[in-house]
Amino acid sequence: MSLLTTLARLEAVRSGRAEPLATVRHRHLSERPMVLVPLTAAGESGAPLAVMLGTDRDAPRLHLVPQPLNRTLRFDFLAALAADLLPYLESFGEDVEQIEGSEKDPETGEKTQVFRELCTDAPQLIVPNAAGVHHLALIGRSTRFRRTAEDAEPGPHPAPLRVPLLGRWLTHLTDRAQVPGSSLLLPMTGLLARHWATGQSHLEDQHLAARLAWHFPPPGLTGAQAAELAESERDEHGQLVHPPAGPATDPAFDAGVLAPAIARYDAAVNALQHSTEQGDEAAAEHARAAVRSAVEHLERALRAVLLPTWRDVWQGLDLLRTLPPAGHLEERWTGDRWSYTGHRDRLAAGEPPQPRQDDAVTAARKLAQREREQARLDVQEALDDPLAMAEHRLSGEAFSGVVTEVVLEYDTTGRSPKPRPLVTLRTADRPHADLGREAHRVHGPSAQKARIVAVDPAEGTVTLRVLSGMGRKKEPEPGSLPEPGEPVTFTLFELTVRQSAPLPEPDDTPWTHGGPPGTAPVAGPSATGPSATVAASEDWE
Amino acid sequence: MNVSTNVPLGGHAEPLAQRLAELRGPAPQRSLNARSLAALAANPGCRRRAVLDAAGVDKSVLAARLGRPAPFGQSPFAIARGLVFESRLKADGYAALLEPLRAHLGVPADDRAPLLVPDLLHRSGPAVRADRTAEALARAAADPDAWTLLDHPMLRLAVAGSTAYLEPDALVVHGGRCTVVEIKSFPVLDGGADPAKVGAAARQAAVYVLALQHAAAAAAGLPLADDPYTEQRLPGSPRTSVLLVCPKDFGNRPTAVAVDVRRELATTRRQLSRMTGIGRLLAALPPGTDFDLATDEDGAPARSTEQLTAAVEAVPAAYSPDCLSTCELGFHCRARARCDDRVEQLGRGVRGELGSIRTVAEALAAASGAGTPDTAALDADDTDGAHEAAERLAYAAALRAEALGTGHPGADRLGTERNPAGA
Amino acid sequence: MMSEQPPGAAADAAVARILAATVHPSAGAPRGVVVDSPPGAGKSTLVVRAARELVAAGERLMIVAQTNGQVDDLVGRLAEKAPELTIGRLHAADSRPGPEVLRHANVTPSDKVADLVEQDVVISTSAKWQWVRAEAPWRHAIVDEAYQMRSDALLAVARLFERALFVGDPGQLDPFTVVGTEQWAGLSYDPSSSAVVTMLAHNPQIEPHRLPVSWRLPASAAPLISRAFYPYTPFRSGTGPEDRRLTPAVRPDGSALDAVIDRAAEHGWALLELPARHTVRTDPQAVAAVAATVRRLLERGLTARSEQGEAPLTADRIAVGTAHRDQAAAVRAALLKVGVPVDGTTGPAVTVDTANRLQGREYDVTVVLHPLSGRPDATAFHLETGRLCVLASRHRHACIVVARAGIAELLDEHPSTEPVQLGVPVAFPDGWEANHQVLEHLSGHRVHLR
Repeated sequence: MSLLTTLARLEAVRSGRAEPLATVRHRHLSERPMVLVPLTAAGESGAPLAVMLGTDRDAPRLHLVPQPLNRTLRFDFLAALAADLLPYLESFGEDVEQIEGSEKDPETGEKTQVFRELCTDAPQLIVPNAAGVHHLALIGRSTRFRRTAEDAEPGPHPAPLRVPLLGRWLTHLTDRAQVPGSSLLLPMTGLLARHWATGQSHLEDQHLAARLAWHFPPPGLTGAQAAELAESERDEHGQLVHPPAGPATDPAFDAGVLAPAIARYDAAVNALQHSTEQGDEAAAEHARAAVRSAVEHLERALRAVLLPTWRDVWQGLDLLRTLPPAGHLEERWTGDRWSYTGHRDRLAAGEPPQPRQDDAVTAARKLAQREREQARLDVQEALDDPLAMAEHRLSGEAFSGVVTEVVLEYDTTGRSPKPRPLVTLRTADRPHADLGREAHRVHGPSAQKARIVAVDPAEGTVTLRVLSGMGRKKEPEPGSLPEPGEPVTFTLFELTVRQSAPLPEPDDTPWTHGGPPGTAPVAGPSATGPSATVAASEDWE
Repeated sequence: MNVSTNVPLGGHAEPLAQRLAELRGPAPQRSLNARSLAALAANPGCRRRAVLDAAGVDKSVLAARLGRPAPFGQSPFAIARGLVFESRLKADGYAALLEPLRAHLGVPADDRAPLLVPDLLHRSGPAVRADRTAEALARAAADPDAWTLLDHPMLRLAVAGSTAYLEPDALVVHGGRCTVVEIKSFPVLDGGADPAKVGAAARQAAVYVLALQHAAAAAAGLPLADDPYTEQRLPGSPRTSVLLVCPKDFGNRPTAVAVDVRRELATTRRQLSRMTGIGRLLAALPPGTDFDLATDEDGAPARSTEQLTAAVEAVPAAYSPDCLSTCELGFHCRARARCDDRVEQLGRGVRGELGSIRTVAEALAAASGAGTPDTAALDADDTDGAHEAAERLAYAAALRAEALGTGHPGADRLGTERNPAGA
Repeated sequence: MMSEQPPGAAADAAVARILAATVHPSAGAPRGVVVDSPPGAGKSTLVVRAARELVAAGERLMIVAQTNGQVDDLVGRLAEKAPELTIGRLHAADSRPGPEVLRHANVTPSDKVADLVEQDVVISTSAKWQWVRAEAPWRHAIVDEAYQMRSDALLAVARLFERALFVGDPGQLDPFTVVGTEQWAGLSYDPSSSAVVTMLAHNPQIEPHRLPVSWRLPASAAPLISRAFYPYTPFRSGTGPEDRRLTPAVRPDGSALDAVIDRAAEHGWALLELPARHTVRTDPQAVAAVAATVRRLLERGLTARSEQGEAPLTADRIAVGTAHRDQAAAVRAALLKVGVPVDGTTGPAVTVDTANRLQGREYDVTVVLHPLSGRPDATAFHLETGRLCVLASRHRHACIVVARAGIAELLDEHPSTEPVQLGVPVAFPDGWEANHQVLEHLSGHRVHLR
């Protein structure tokens, strides 16, 4: 945590309210986000219990598994979720623009013009917290290898048709969520944490309701008091007034509400089975009604426990929309659109599901991408938001000041003299400005590089020799240099992100990394087997 | 999945154990088990926790009495699943357990030496069970070719003057040495598992390994090796890798993973050795302090809430937000930290930024450029350091005010107001 | 170890085995040779010898190092010790190597590998090698500081060679990344792990060699560093207790600074302890104490006598090590204030840098600002074993540690609840144990500064 964030948190303690950490919104928000609040059944990893979702805050839809241990019911749930979510995810695949690019012919080296489709928009899923993202990843992992009745060998328990497809989408979205600055799938707690500080710790901020309590404390309460109520206030039945945002449920809810409701459902189902076996139609009719009633009872219980979080997520979206969008959002969202389009294309091309584990090359490529995007995000946030730039100024990696003097000088070592003017500025910042270090001008008319040639900490002045961004002529282009009296900011880090070095194709994986995938037994505890055998070995009961 | 009991050494309790018993009062002692011993490492700087744990005070009950009950609980579904998994494992003559164990201990698949499962007298008292376990272990270790499974054995470990009885899920003895088996119900998915849960399991298993190391050294008439990384290869001594048995992927089939617990073993050794220093903390308590949670026949508590609060306050705590998930008193201590305006309420890391500044008010005063309020109270040497922190805070506050466009006394000296939208 | 070989013979035997495996691999031998080298165990000398012998055997080779500084060091050393070799220094377009490298007649710089393919040896950073497209790969490569190279970097360069000698110090700082990599934890080819770890996981038949003798660390330091940081791969000092001597010309003035210098001169270690206090990272008093110590070291005219001869302890033979960059900057400023040169371009100067940047470097005397000094909390960063190992193993004669009192208590109260990743080998020693051992040793050489 930086000192600036700490300061904002300290201020929040004093004011009892959340305090800003950004002047603009640093993540893209869709006009039609899909909010998704999942719940998981305790004790079993990735076992879904329920989900509330929708793009309309007034019309949440609920899907649930009345008996989480029952495979068929779980498949029913996943099929219903797929039927609900896939149309939304797929709806962005139609509308495309053509992007012009060039491709190098590997044989001749000739460049040819090519057009690629890019979807004009992409889906956006918002879940309450980071654990929600992880839960979706588990669902993705547990379903994408499932075989369906359409497979050549469907196995004893074929999944409903669209379930594996749901798994592949969830896998793609959760994987993309690992890329810094991406916005296809976002946790609300993370979104809020980027933009506001509360007067509590990051750990406590993971509780969405407690976090929001700092934004909207009831009259007469401080944020801390309101947050504590959100965490721990219970009704006369010992149930939390504001249930946790999940996906794990409160143990008291499991014991006091859920277990009896599931037991009631189980009993009704048993009665139905018994009466059907006995051929007792009247009893069966009665039992069917009892099953329906038990399911409705479960629905009411789960709806009640999900709705507060559902509203919280939408309230969080309202809050975020009060901030103006940052300048580079479009550019980063374009990256998300490419990611979405790419997955659409892979599905269309009939490629197999994402493997259980990345091969060496894919893992390295993803790491390179994440590092590149992290660097891009840091730079863009700093350019978009003076509060983000302030972090760099505080850490000595940037400095702002007012130009006091510009002296035109020339480099005459070459054939024709080049302008190499000296710019002096007065600053109260204390950059790690070692002599000779490169600096980069922020918000200049074009990219401009300079070298630090003199620093006078006592006077608070820094002098830089400008090296580029002045045009090609002998004299600097008018307006390309800052003028005396003008405020300027320089960074000691580059403002463009370097490309990542090329990696081999997976089929060219070298001996140091085990050779091409599948050619050698992979060391380590988690040997990757062919994915086709996975489904058969996994049962859910 | 482990139960244990704590029994003071027979008859003439040591003075330390005596003093701890007094602190606890007549309420039943919360026994020290592997889990609670492993938890000592969670916040060793907290004297409050050290004293309460050593005295075996039930912190859950105490937290409720103080008005901020611990929010911990386990879902009945999770408990049921854990039991189902463990019982499935042991069905069929431990077949489901044995297969992954054989693979891990490098035993050929065709080795069909019969598995011996001695009766460990589970219905007896802990001392009898511990003696029985020791005998069974010695016998099993004497025959290197035999395969012996000790199902829920009982181990002894001396902790701060009393004997803790510990019950691992299982021990497998083969080749003259034993391996601790820890059964957990969290899954191993594609070879990986929740690192926090594996870490907790490793710390818990390390307590068993340590108890077994003590026992093996004592049986051989040797002292325990000084260096925590040294593995003493004595008859019946434990391997320093334990086997974690978990459900595989999304199913219920077991998988066993070896976990090297040497690092956790070193941690456990130093935390236990600190326990003996508890006397120093007890000596600092005001006379008459106790944490008696007992109630009389009418249900009236022996100590009022005020008395308990005062007793708890008498032992300093080292609160950090992690405590909320690791200690029953977390909510109580958080409320105290907030009352005292301590910066720790924001997290452990915050203090590193603030040097000697300890309260929110002090920090904000420094940020506003008012300097540290207590300069007079500091000795001359300290002003330098406090000044440095204050200056950085004021600088940060000026930058923040400038960026937010809010007035701030320090904003002028930065002298710039930029157009954030830029060109 | 009943009858111990003399250190020179033990080291020679190890080097001979390594060279044989590298230059004349037996048929069917694995493609990689790994050498674990504790601090100052002659790693660079080994690299020079291996390069000469490979070239003598008719091979061309490429050398991969991790930073431009390391590459330039190696180029300089090779050019000097192996004047018969032609050396290509491949550099990035925007960073030409320093003049001290280019003064050698047998060194050719270029930013294009095509200009250098005829050279006996081509040296560059792993970052630059990753961009090299080569039609005909080299048969041999030497990868220097291989434990600091990331697995993904090796993945990108391994196509350039058939066989490789990996040399490095497993005890120094591990490579790192700022983004999430949990999903690859436990995979043998986790791209964020060390190149050597990955390569060994995929080539289990490779048995790493070890250089058993530190020629840098004095007899006073090797046992402690070996025990604290290399518990399972011990090494010893190549010199005896009498071989290294630090002698001040100026008599002590009774101050704590002089006491600490005398202690360090006599015992090889000293701890200058300031009163306990929680401070910000750039603790002004601790920084001032470091600067004053360095200045006094220079004022007292020390002479360093070793098996290599006798030389005055000049500024360029002293380094100050810190954990953070702002601490290094503060120390530099403080040194300038007391008149000690810190800019190497204008004459002999004291090196002031972080542990990361001091890796692989060597000085006569080091002054270390303890990573835990004044901290209210210990973090994984500050406890990282490699950090303290680097800081405590750069010296040929003596190491002076400056710290606030209270580190023992800080360690004592540090929570030990590390997560455990399945399948990831546990790194030994644990940072806590290593810190504790070093601190315990230092406490025997404590001088209080009031």
